[in-house]
Amino acid sequence: MKRHSGQPSVDWPQYMASRASSPHAALARFYGAAWPDAETPMGEVEFMALDLETTGLDARRHAIVSIGLIPFTLHRIRSDQAWYQVVRPQGDLLPESVAFHHITHSDIRQAPRFGEILEELLEKLAGKVAVVHYRNVERNFLEQAAQQAVGESLLFPVIDTMQIEADLNPQRQPGWLLRLLGKQPISIRLADSRLRYGLPVYQAHHALTDALATAELLQAQVATHFSPQQRLGDLWC
Amino acid sequence: MQVELIEIRDHLSRFAPFDELPEETLDETARQVQVRYFKAGTPILELGDEITDLHYIRSGAVEIYRRNGELFNRLGEGDIFGQASLRRGGRVRFPAKAMEDTLIYYIPVALFDELSDNFDHFAEFVDVEGAGRLRAAVEPQGRASELMKVRVNRLISRPPVMLNAQSTIHQAAAVMTEQGVSALLITETDPDQPPLQRVVGIITDRDFRTRVVSKALPPDTPLHSIMTPDPITLQANDSVFEATLCMLRHNIHHLPILNRRRPVGLVNLADVIRYQSQNSLYLVSDIFKRQSVSDLQEMLPDVRASFVRMVEDEASAKMIGSAMSSIGRSFIQRLVELAEKELGPPPVPYSFMVLGSMARDEQLIVSDQDNALVLDDRFDPAEHDEYFLRLATFVSDGLAACGYSYCKGGIMATNQRWRQPLSVWKRYFSDWIENPNPQTLLNSNIFFDLESVSGQADYVEQLRELIATKAQHHPRFLALMARNSLNRTPPLGFFRTFVMEQDGRQRNIINIKGRGTAPLTDLIRVHALACGSTAQSSHDRLDDIAKTKLMPPESVARLRYALEFLSLARIRHQALDIQEGREPNNYIEPENVSAAERHGLKDAFQILSNAQKFLRYRYPLSAPGRSS
Repeated sequence: MKRHSGQPSVDWPQYMASRASSPHAALARFYGAAWPDAETPMGEVEFMALDLETTGLDARRHAIVSIGLIPFTLHRIRSDQAWYQVVRPQGDLLPESVAFHHITHSDIRQAPRFGEILEELLEKLAGKVAVVHYRNVERNFLEQAAQQAVGESLLFPVIDTMQIEADLNPQRQPGWLLRLLGKQPISIRLADSRLRYGLPVYQAHHALTDALATAELLQAQVATHFSPQQRLGDLWC
Repeated sequence: MQVELIEIRDHLSRFAPFDELPEETLDETARQVQVRYFKAGTPILELGDEITDLHYIRSGAVEIYRRNGELFNRLGEGDIFGQASLRRGGRVRFPAKAMEDTLIYYIPVALFDELSDNFDHFAEFVDVEGAGRLRAAVEPQGRASELMKVRVNRLISRPPVMLNAQSTIHQAAAVMTEQGVSALLITETDPDQPPLQRVVGIITDRDFRTRVVSKALPPDTPLHSIMTPDPITLQANDSVFEATLCMLRHNIHHLPILNRRRPVGLVNLADVIRYQSQNSLYLVSDIFKRQSVSDLQEMLPDVRASFVRMVEDEASAKMIGSAMSSIGRSFIQRLVELAEKELGPPPVPYSFMVLGSMARDEQLIVSDQDNALVLDDRFDPAEHDEYFLRLATFVSDGLAACGYSYCKGGIMATNQRWRQPLSVWKRYFSDWIENPNPQTLLNSNIFFDLESVSGQADYVEQLRELIATKAQHHPRFLALMARNSLNRTPPLGFFRTFVMEQDGRQRNIINIKGRGTAPLTDLIRVHALACGSTAQSSHDRLDDIAKTKLMPPESVARLRYALEFLSLARIRHQALDIQEGREPNNYIEPENVSAAERHGLKDAFQILSNAQKFLRYRYPLSAPGRSS
């Protein structure tokens, strides 16, 4: 597989370089870090599994409540270097999502605001290719939170394991005839995708567990469909 | 900041040896874990590679190979591997391959060492050869047993009544009457530690009837001429259960208790029965009260209940085997008594001999009868054989009625070939040992575990001596015995709910006797014969083997643990069969095997397999003809 279907090609090294002169020091350091180029083989890339838990799906109305990061390569998932942070959103946390995330009001009350942890987050992410499952959530929420905190956008290359599943299963929505015959669509949700690779079932919706689940899924996808020699540029977006 | 992943921690907490780690240690362990996914069919560890972590299977399945490419083991969720390589210089010794899509947790070597150093159970579990893990599984059995915990000195109510061996029987009778005791310890001054007294004999009420009054001995007869010399004794810190077994084993009612060599008390059968009224000892005394075969037959449920109770009391396999053998012997002894009552006294003296598991003191609930008659050399077939055939038939039919099924191989006293005078038996054994033939030995294997249950014990004693003396000097006999014992090999181990066969096939049932305990007792027998031992029980044989330089002490210890573990597994499954209303058998269904038991069984099979390799090497089959 060479390219994602329907993905606009972004020249990420050029974009990163273009923002290295940001007036915000932490952002400048982040963008100015040593980033791999598109030709780098997957086997040599340092990844960072990233998962956000949020109070809802709309980045304009909802907020980030927790962030999980786990660095990894195709050889090792460094769960021993995992990083987890609860953040205090603007406004109140919606009661129904409290149970959903297993995070209590008291956890939230004691937590720092996103702006206070942004610098540390950027240090962790610098030079590492972020890996997410369904990039719209991570991208939109980080963008929104960064705009609020420092008035600048935060955009970087990611590998989206859900996009890879979507590309691997282009016919996942069966046509009307097959649907009539009872064929089920192929789910590309994180838990369902993992099952196709023999990965265990995890308790969902904890940022760290989901980050681990995503890291394992990418290793499984590369081991199954690609190789360590696959160009990074074929998979990032 | 290190944070812990709940999924990793929770999974580790469910599997041995992590399940027994303290909470904080488990948290720290989970924090240090790294992870990797392996596609089915890809190598995980390759021979000679550097290895820096203990490998833990989070999901999937892994095959471990030997250096020569032979399949060594299959492992599944929660199993660990790589510890042998970590211990031996950090180079992979056993390559590993993912047989399914597999997720591996890596536990760094520094942490692995720390856990091994700080937690004995962890160190034992990951012990390279696995014997430690077995020991851990076997020991709590004995420890937990209530019967084991109670020391025999608890039963001592008064100091022993003692008299010097030079005293007269008149003095003894006076002292016993005055003190109101049924037995008297006979002592002499200990030549090593005067003026301390040591026990040289015992005399009981019964002895006065049988040895004094019946022979009209004069009152001034010295005690040493009528006492039972060198009585069997126990130490004060031995358990009540051991006292019970000792009385059962030797059919004695009084047991002197010593503290080192100093007599501290005398325990009798009544004391023990009072202490535990519902036990196998009670059962034995009940057997001797039964007046007919059908009366005896009624006891079958009691025998099984007693077996199950011992398993529930977590008695060791050795104890259970010993108790069940004692019960079996009592059945035979009572049947012989009943037979003699019906047939009259025997025309010539004889020994009713048992063979196999009962002789080894290792009988369980599912057992054939294997027996024979050793007759006095004055035996005249024409004149006497009818009597002994009838006696043998009476006992054999009675045993069959009481649950000891007929021996399919015909090794029973009802078979004329096995109803012979001592001189013929000596010829049989000499011939088996001096002119061994693989086929004959296959059938006569069982005769090398022998014990007299009733009658002239010294006949069987002579046969044991003959075997012990001759066998060690006949390498071809030993080699053929060894070769025969290798016919039955252990399975490779367990994989999920299947038993792994050597060629990688899977079966869903295992004959724990045929593939485990039987080849192991066979193997121990060969070594015991080679070192001239007259012991019969496998544990006693191992004691004798340990005294020689035949194998290192660790190997003896490993065999002992493997035997105990396999026997216990067999016993537990038989108890389970009985409790669930099934006819007990020698099979284990892997789905009834717990994770801990599976690990133990795997290790025990591995020990057996290694021991079989050593046996083959130790007793090579040289060219025929060189038989001595």
